[in-house]
Amino acid sequence: MSEEKNMTALEPLVKADDLCKFFQLSRKAILKAVNHVNFEIRKGETVGMVGESGCGKSTTGRCLVNLYTPTEGHVYYKGKDIQTYTKSEMMKFRSEVQMIFQNPYASLNPRMTVGEIVTEGMKLHSKMSDAECQEKAEALLARVGLNKEHMSRFSHEFSGGQRQRIGIARALSVDPEFIVCDEPISALDVSIQAQVINMLKELQQELGLTYLFIAHDLSVVKYISDRVIVMYLGTIVEEAPADELYAHPTHPYTQALLYAIPVADPHVTKAKKRITIKGEIPSPINPGECCQFADRCPHATDLCRAEVPVRKEIEPGHFVSCHLL
Amino acid sequence: MAEYENLLEIKNLSFSFKTYGGTVKAVRDVSFDLRKGEILGIVGESGCGKSVTAQCIMRLNPEPPGFFESGEILYKGQNVLQMSKPELKQLRSKEIGFIFQDPMTSLNPTMRVGKQIEEVFTGHKDISKVEIHEKALNIMKLVGISDAEKRFRQYPHELSGGMKQRIMIAMALVSEPSMIICDEPTTSLDVTIEAQILDLLLELREKLGTSIIMITHDLGVIAKLCDRVVVMYGGKVMEHGTVDEIFYDTAHPYTNALMNSIAGLDTDKNTVLKPIPGTPPDLFAPPHGCPFAARCDYAMKVCQTYPPEFTDLSQEHSTACWLQHEWAPKVDLHMHNRQRKETV
Repeated sequence: MSEEKNMTALEPLVKADDLCKFFQLSRKAILKAVNHVNFEIRKGETVGMVGESGCGKSTTGRCLVNLYTPTEGHVYYKGKDIQTYTKSEMMKFRSEVQMIFQNPYASLNPRMTVGEIVTEGMKLHSKMSDAECQEKAEALLARVGLNKEHMSRFSHEFSGGQRQRIGIARALSVDPEFIVCDEPISALDVSIQAQVINMLKELQQELGLTYLFIAHDLSVVKYISDRVIVMYLGTIVEEAPADELYAHPTHPYTQALLYAIPVADPHVTKAKKRITIKGEIPSPINPGECCQFADRCPHATDLCRAEVPVRKEIEPGHFVSCHLL
Repeated sequence: MAEYENLLEIKNLSFSFKTYGGTVKAVRDVSFDLRKGEILGIVGESGCGKSVTAQCIMRLNPEPPGFFESGEILYKGQNVLQMSKPELKQLRSKEIGFIFQDPMTSLNPTMRVGKQIEEVFTGHKDISKVEIHEKALNIMKLVGISDAEKRFRQYPHELSGGMKQRIMIAMALVSEPSMIICDEPTTSLDVTIEAQILDLLLELREKLGTSIIMITHDLGVIAKLCDRVVVMYGGKVMEHGTVDEIFYDTAHPYTNALMNSIAGLDTDKNTVLKPIPGTPPDLFAPPHGCPFAARCDYAMKVCQTYPPEFTDLSQEHSTACWLQHEWAPKVDLHMHNRQRKETV
């Protein structure tokens, strides 16, 4: 299976090159949400993106689908910078790249029926007749486990899990190739989460989708992803194939993050080595030119507080940004 | 047997809410107890009645529309349901601390956080202002708030989520209660902050010997923190026992399904997660039989019509499931769990 993946892996589908997104809050305060980030996503793979709130993972995801315009740097989709797209290319891009949002309660228009929500994109992007759209929408809803009768209902009549399925059906309605899943399961109940994860996995196998899976739950990310990117305060601290990252976490932040997950097994969790990091995430407003994790890192040296660490490849495909290596 | 003294006993508690749509039977026939110095976990999905149960202990549910259908809650042998208003006030301010789920919305945004901690002592005549201030500062230091003097004078919006949760914990602890109820205290926090707060709770139990009721839907938190666990579903207790018994000798299909539906760090990528099909029961008209019967893989005819009785499996462990009946087919729920135990 891995060989197959390598074959198709030559050309990155999406590439973030030196991507920055800053928000000017006042004349002096700049919030650096995403700060010089580089990564690639190859066709057919799932890249997990983890980090705590405020680390810029959602902003990165939004930059990739062109919901935000990057302050600096470029996003390449199929080898072309999306900022240089013409109007018609942009139209095509928007049908090929879709997003599934975190909050299924807020991301569906309460005044539209499910049918309208799912067919809206189709009507815009394809030349299908209304009847064909309707038919396709019914098929999509059936695919995500809802039925025809649900077409004329409004979103408030559904539970959280069902709404998230409607969100997935909406994303699939325009036959996308790349989907940014922005914490698609964190608002759902535990027993429902597995339903949505299984569905995302099945859809990927059926339709050959590429995912960027943003989450703060490391266990789920490990389960679903081929590669994992760990972000901290706007920067990527570590990037590696999923199994490698969890077997050999190298950056002190990744180690602390892995320690912090409560494992649902009393013996394991009580025997776990304790690596607690003190303090809280510092503010991303006007961050210093140094390793962003230096303030909380148990191994920080003067060098860490003075210079931005360079990205190093310690194993094939395993990148770490840390001075200690 | 001082060790086994029950601080809190809940017996056959049923609590419902009257609404326009009918009566919501939020908690049905729930019984458990809390011992001195232990951490008891209540685990379940949203809508299973865990928060309502906890709020019943302090009578925090609005009455009306809520009302007690039956049962009693004994705190140190006293029935909470028959307490007078001053007694309840005493209970809420001195005896039991409550940590709410969402620190962002449960603090008063117009009041300095220090004042909010001091407010716990409003109406206590036997303590001077200076002493109260001293106490508040000490408790802030105890829960790990650095620079307590400065934080004391700040407003909630100036603090981060983790800090606010620490303030909430400080408020719950400042009157040195015998027990604290934590209602999903870490759900809205990041994992590294969550780990800090959980470590803090463990440390406080060690130092002060406080009993804790921990309400959560996260089995990881339960595994890390708790001594005993109560599993709730559809307003009823499904299973209770020590944490090891619940995790390694699971006896109820719901507990088992809950554990198998989450992706752990040790879950193999090629295995398909086993979600629990369907949705939780409608509490307007709860099923007559076992509330989990509609979603249960092992459901039998009897499960639909008659509620199962509790079967004791050990001194602590007991479960409400018809599979335990002598006529029921023998089902091995533990296979997966036992394998996990062996790898440890």
